[in-house]
Amino acid sequence: MFDLERWQEIFDTIRKNKLRTFLTGVSVASGIFILVILLGFGQGMRNGIAREFEQDASTSVWVWPGTTTKEYKGLNPGRRIQLRNENFDTWTALNGERIEYNSARNFVNGVSVTYGNEALVYGVQGVHPDFQFIDNAKMSEGRFLNYSDHVNTAKVIVIGNKIKKDVFAHLDSPIGEYVDISGIPFKIVGVFKEMREREEEQMYIPITTVQRVFNGGDRISNMAFTLPPVEDFDQAVTQAVAFKEELRGYLSQAHTIHPEDESAMQVWSALEEAKRYYSLTGNIKLFFWFVGICTIIAGVVGVSNIMLIVVRERTREIGIRKALGARPWSIVGMILHEAVFITAFSGFFGLILSMALLEVVGPNIEVDYVLNPSVDLRVALTTVFVLILAGTLAGFFPAWRAANIQVINALRDE
Amino acid sequence: MIQIKDLHKSYRMGSNSLHVLKGINFSVKEGELVAIMGSSGSGKSTLLNILGMLDVADSGEYILDGIPIKNLNETKAANYRNKFLGFIFQSFNLINYKTALENVALPLYYQGVGRKERQAKAMKYLEQVGLREWSHHVPSELSGGQKQRVAIARAMVAEPKVLLADELTGALDSKTSYEVMDLIQKINDQGNTILVVTHEDDIAHMCKRIVHLRDGVIVEDKEIEQVRASQYVQ
Repeated sequence: MFDLERWQEIFDTIRKNKLRTFLTGVSVASGIFILVILLGFGQGMRNGIAREFEQDASTSVWVWPGTTTKEYKGLNPGRRIQLRNENFDTWTALNGERIEYNSARNFVNGVSVTYGNEALVYGVQGVHPDFQFIDNAKMSEGRFLNYSDHVNTAKVIVIGNKIKKDVFAHLDSPIGEYVDISGIPFKIVGVFKEMREREEEQMYIPITTVQRVFNGGDRISNMAFTLPPVEDFDQAVTQAVAFKEELRGYLSQAHTIHPEDESAMQVWSALEEAKRYYSLTGNIKLFFWFVGICTIIAGVVGVSNIMLIVVRERTREIGIRKALGARPWSIVGMILHEAVFITAFSGFFGLILSMALLEVVGPNIEVDYVLNPSVDLRVALTTVFVLILAGTLAGFFPAWRAANIQVINALRDE
Repeated sequence: MIQIKDLHKSYRMGSNSLHVLKGINFSVKEGELVAIMGSSGSGKSTLLNILGMLDVADSGEYILDGIPIKNLNETKAANYRNKFLGFIFQSFNLINYKTALENVALPLYYQGVGRKERQAKAMKYLEQVGLREWSHHVPSELSGGQKQRVAIARAMVAEPKVLLADELTGALDSKTSYEVMDLIQKINDQGNTILVVTHEDDIAHMCKRIVHLRDGVIVEDKEIEQVRASQYVQ
C-alpha cells in the first residue's frame, strides 16, 4: 500500500491509459452520486412529513361533532350534534391523569372586528389557556391567555403574527392596543407564531368570554387534548388510539349516537395519522435503498466488467512481466491496487459532488413534504467502502486468473 | 551451466497426446553461444520454454548453474527467471506504453532495485546497445532493429546467467538481423552464455555450436567455425 515504487507504476499506467481510467471512474462516481441523491431525497421526505405534523402537538387528539347518518334508538339520522361544556368537563374530570393539555374551542361567528376605523377579517376563536400547547403556538410577544383570564372572563385577545404585520405594522408592538369585537374592546396581550402564515390569521380570546359575552351559552365547537409524551413511538400510538376510542365511546353515549356513526363524531389522532405517514416514508426509504443498492450493483458489475477487459487487454503485458520475473502476487497486487485506487478516488469524487449538491440545493427546496434533503455521512461513506470492497472482490478473480496465465500462451497471443 | 537429462514433454490436445520432446540430453558450458535448430514442430520452442521455466517438463532432469529446477511454485519460478534468465523474443514483447528506458528497467523493478539505480543501470545497457538517444521513446517510435536491441538490453540488465533468444531475428530483415547478431556475438565475447533458437542457417552459423532437433530428439550436436556478423555490418 505504501510502496512508493508501486504507486509510481500505478500512476504511469493510469497516465498512459486515460480513457480506460476515465470510464471506470465515471461508472463508479455516477453510482455513488445517484445513491446519495436518492437517499438524500428519502431523508428529505421524512423531514418534510415530520414538519407537516409539527404544526400541532404530535400527541394531540381532536374531536369535531357532525351530523348523524345512522338511525339509533329511535332517533332519526340527520341530527346535528352539539358539544357542550359538560362533555368537556366530564371527560377531563374522568381522565385527568391521562391528559397533558386540554382545550375546548368555540368559533365566534357573526361579529365584526375593528381596529380604530379598520375592519379586520380574521377568525376569532374562544379557547382554553392550554390551547397554546395543543396548537404548538410560539409566543413572539407578550403572553397567551392564562387561567386568570379564563375564570374572570377577561376581555383580552391574542393575535397571530400575520395580523401584527398586516394591521399593526406602524407600531413597535401591538401589545396594549385594543380591538373591538361587536363594539366591545379587547386588549391585546400577546402575539403568537405558527409554522404557517395561514394559521397566524387567527385571534384567540378566553372561551368563557365567548360563551358569556357572545351568547355562546355552554356550547363548544370542538375539543382538543394532548396526551403525555411516551418515549416509544408504537406505545404512544397505542395509547392515542385507546384514548381516541374511549373518547368516542363516551361522546356517542352522551349524545345517543350509533357507536359506528363516524361522521356524527369525528375523533382524530395526530399520532395515528403520523404513523400512517411514517410507515409510508419507511416504505419510500426502503424503495430508495433498493434502487440505490441496484445502482451500486450495476456499478460493481461495471467495474468488474472493465476489470475483465483490462486484464484481457493486458494479458500480453502480464506475460512479459512474468517472463521478466514478476511474482503472481505482484501481478494481482498491481491490478487490484490500480482498481482500488480508481474506485476509491472516483467513489469519493461522486460522494463529494453529490453531498455538495445536497448541501447547496437542499435547503432551497420548497416543496410540500420535502424538507432539507440530506444524507448521513456515515451511510454515504459506508456505501463508498462497500463499493470499493465489492470492486476489489470483483477485480480479484480476473486478476488472479491473469497472474496464473501461462507466459507462453500470453506471449503467443497476438 | 545447463545440464539436461532425458527430458520428456507431451501436450494433450483433446483425446490425443502429442509427444513433443522424446528424451533430450545435452549440456551447455559457461560462455557458450548455442543455436538450437529445427523445423517447426521439432520441439525447439518447447525446449526453450522449459529451459526458461515458462513451461514444466513431464519427466527428466534440468539443472541450471548447479540448482535443480524442479517442482517450482510460481513465486520461486519467477525469482529464478528474474535472477538467472534473460529473454529475447521474436516479437520483441516490449510494453508499448513504457519508454525504452522504462522497459529496460522493468526486470530491476521486480528485483526491488530503487528507481534511481534502475534508471542508471538501464541507461548503461541502452548505451551498450547504442540507443542512448532513444531512451525516452516508446516502442512505436522505434524501428524493428531498435526494438530488438531494447529487448536485448532488457534481457541483459538483470545480469542473468543465461540469455534465451527465441527467433530473435524472425521479424527483422537480413541487414538488421546481422546487426542484432553482431550485438549478440559481442555480448557473448564478454563471457555470457546464450542460447538462440532459430530456423535460419546463416544465423545459426554465427553461433559457436549447433544443436539440431527433429521430431523431439537431438539428431546432431556439433561445434562450428563461427561466422562473425561484423563483416556484414558497416
